Amino acid sequence: MSAEKYDVVIMGAGIVGAACALECARQKMRVAVVDHDVIGGGATAAGMGHIVVMDDSEAQFALTRYSQQLWQQLRPELPDDVEYTQCGTIWVAADDEEMAEVHRKASYYQRRGVPVQILSAEDLARLEPNLRKGMAGGLLVTEDGVLYPPCAARFLIEQAQALGATVQVGAPVAEIGNGRVRRADGSELSAGVIVNAAGAWAPELTRGISVKKRKGHLVITDRYPGFIQHQLVELGYLKSAHSVSSDSVAFNVQPRRTGQVLIGSSRQYGAEHKEVDHEILGRMLQRAQEYMPRLSQTSAIRVWTGFRAATPDKLPLIGPWGEDSTVFLATGHEGLGITTSLATGRLLADQLSGRASQIAREPYLPSRATTMEHAHV
Amino acid sequence: MVSARKQFDVLIVGGGPAGIAAAVSAAQSGKRVGIVDDNPALGGQIWRGETAQSNSEAAAWLAKLHAWDVEVCAGTRVFDQPVSGVLRAESGDGTYQIEYGKLILATGARERFLPFPGWTLQNVMGAGALQALVKSGLPVSGKRVAIAGTGPLLLAVAAYLKNDGAKVVAIYEQVSRTALAKFALKVAAQRGKLAQALWLRKELRDIPLITNAWPVAARGNGVVESVVLCRGGKHEEIACDYLACGFHLVPNTELAVLLGCRLQNGYVQVDDFQQTSQPNVFCAGEPTGIGGVELSLIEGQIAGLVAIGKEGEAQSLFSARRKMRSFAEALDRTFALRPELKSLASTGTIVCRCEDVKYGQMTQHRSWRAAKLHTRCGMGPCQGRVCGPATQFLLGWTPESVRPPIFPVALENLISETHEEKEHTFVM
Repeated sequence: MSAEKYDVVIMGAGIVGAACALECARQKMRVAVVDHDVIGGGATAAGMGHIVVMDDSEAQFALTRYSQQLWQQLRPELPDDVEYTQCGTIWVAADDEEMAEVHRKASYYQRRGVPVQILSAEDLARLEPNLRKGMAGGLLVTEDGVLYPPCAARFLIEQAQALGATVQVGAPVAEIGNGRVRRADGSELSAGVIVNAAGAWAPELTRGISVKKRKGHLVITDRYPGFIQHQLVELGYLKSAHSVSSDSVAFNVQPRRTGQVLIGSSRQYGAEHKEVDHEILGRMLQRAQEYMPRLSQTSAIRVWTGFRAATPDKLPLIGPWGEDSTVFLATGHEGLGITTSLATGRLLADQLSGRASQIAREPYLPSRATTMEHAHV
Repeated sequence: MVSARKQFDVLIVGGGPAGIAAAVSAAQSGKRVGIVDDNPALGGQIWRGETAQSNSEAAAWLAKLHAWDVEVCAGTRVFDQPVSGVLRAESGDGTYQIEYGKLILATGARERFLPFPGWTLQNVMGAGALQALVKSGLPVSGKRVAIAGTGPLLLAVAAYLKNDGAKVVAIYEQVSRTALAKFALKVAAQRGKLAQALWLRKELRDIPLITNAWPVAARGNGVVESVVLCRGGKHEEIACDYLACGFHLVPNTELAVLLGCRLQNGYVQVDDFQQTSQPNVFCAGEPTGIGGVELSLIEGQIAGLVAIGKEGEAQSLFSARRKMRSFAEALDRTFALRPELKSLASTGTIVCRCEDVKYGQMTQHRSWRAAKLHTRCGMGPCQGRVCGPATQFLLGWTPESVRPPIFPVALENLISETHEEKEHTFVM
């Protein structure tokens, strides 16, 4: 039996794999997407769907901003069930120290052309009356938004299919490399390039890459239309999310179009099981209650967990994997995969087609990772 | 929010016949026995609101229960097990952290609904749900009620509603007359109380029982005005004020699954002593197989006795249970859903009422999980309790794993005490 032949086989039908498939298909490549489960079933299903510009580093800013603009361009084509809403993010400052961070962040964004608005304590209380009284203020980033990731991934996949891409879901893969993808049932696909976009599971297919699972919990409430208007994130988030070694929680809530409130976030290393961890869930909800006391009486209808694909320097791996010339990586997006999926697809397709990229691609090349070490081990 | 701690040697979840029998049996030992139920009073779905006049058997069991020192936590719903041996429950006035030595799950069953065009109209409801509403005061006197679906519950509901003054138009049962007659013979041979309760009741004598018939649509302007039935290959339309539907029962296995108990064919797997695959966790009644009150009472007694170490006494009930289980198997066989029912829903029929998801949206997906992610079916407050069993029948989908909370709860109640303690110690 001869193997099916493709120019590019993408491992993973999450939002990153979907975006890569679409961009490659646009470059007239013969594309197949293979996933062991369903479209958007991994971190894509578990994540919040926050389209957010971040400024941990210049490279992170460049990627998130570029990708956000790609989402904005795509917006007119997005079907209704993708629920794209440009609600804006408010970075909430609890005290003067965090308010100083608001000003720093504001000038950083302003210098780079990102529209922002500094909110006084009064502005914040008016915009989000359910926040606890006495907040110092906040920063509203108006072009940030939210969407519903599984449907966004499905939309990208469908667009790729319309350009001829093949999608194989429910197809576990045993091994990739040397231009071949061997499925668990023994059958094979042959590919010029294999793109590992398997998120937190990418290291199972490509041994030795600097990606670790970082577990998160989310809770969703029943419908309370108007309870919040913006994605609200505490600025203390910077302190907790940046720690690469310890478990952390942060106040991070999102308004869904249904009127539901999506509540996060938690970050855990070394947690391999998808079961709900009551201890960190409790800490996460306590944090949410501290910021938003009226949340305590809302009805929580579901809790779930997921695994982010984390890298030591908090930047994704996009590009060739040095140890096998047929393998490219598109993983390690941690909590920003929904935002940065479209830019990832572009950067990957640029590299495969020899086209110039709109932003520098070097910061995301896997080759940089040879010097990276996970701080925690 | 008040949070209280409780400790029991034997804790029973579910206050229907199985739970009551388990509590009575376990209480004889003098051990601390508690029973938790989410309804305001004991009795479960089947014995809800029964009195000594209306149901002497129910009254007798409740009297036995009250004679013992059993702590009853009514209006209390178990939603999580934060650590092994500890359940968390929510009531109107706070939460409980309940520690147990032995746990008996007697969580009962719920009605299965199948979607058909018009099933979301007002006054189309579950047969058991309509009965419960009438028990709590809904007047049905003079109202025309059509009853359709399958299973013995339809007969019980018909009798009850008629007694309450409703004009029961007919009972439409999807199984064939022959299958029903065979089943009736088996029931009669058992000389069980179920036979008396259902088949020999005077109330049913002048209600037409129409077999080989099932609802294909409910019609009305906001409120149901008529039901269209498929009968002998032809459609007929019957006017009604209420349409009570039920397609037999599905077991409530969510808590068992959360605790890690193994299922077999959709039921909680138990050994001869009603022991589940989890240590110290027993299960009795409908979750182990739909068998009705009699079997539930026996299983409850066995579980209660085993939980207090009286295996020998429990064994004396095995032969009675064996007989009743053969009845349960006959129930499953007789009231199995006919394949025609799989085509009742049209593409525009809502299947998930919480999230307004239509059948045509669901059939574009290949699994429950894919459909859930892409259409939101099963993501609402009922957590898929209605559309899950429906799609299991319609599309052969298997539901997902169970996660806490197994019922929606006030957000603050998800912050478990084990965590609070830890925090406290940490701060000190």
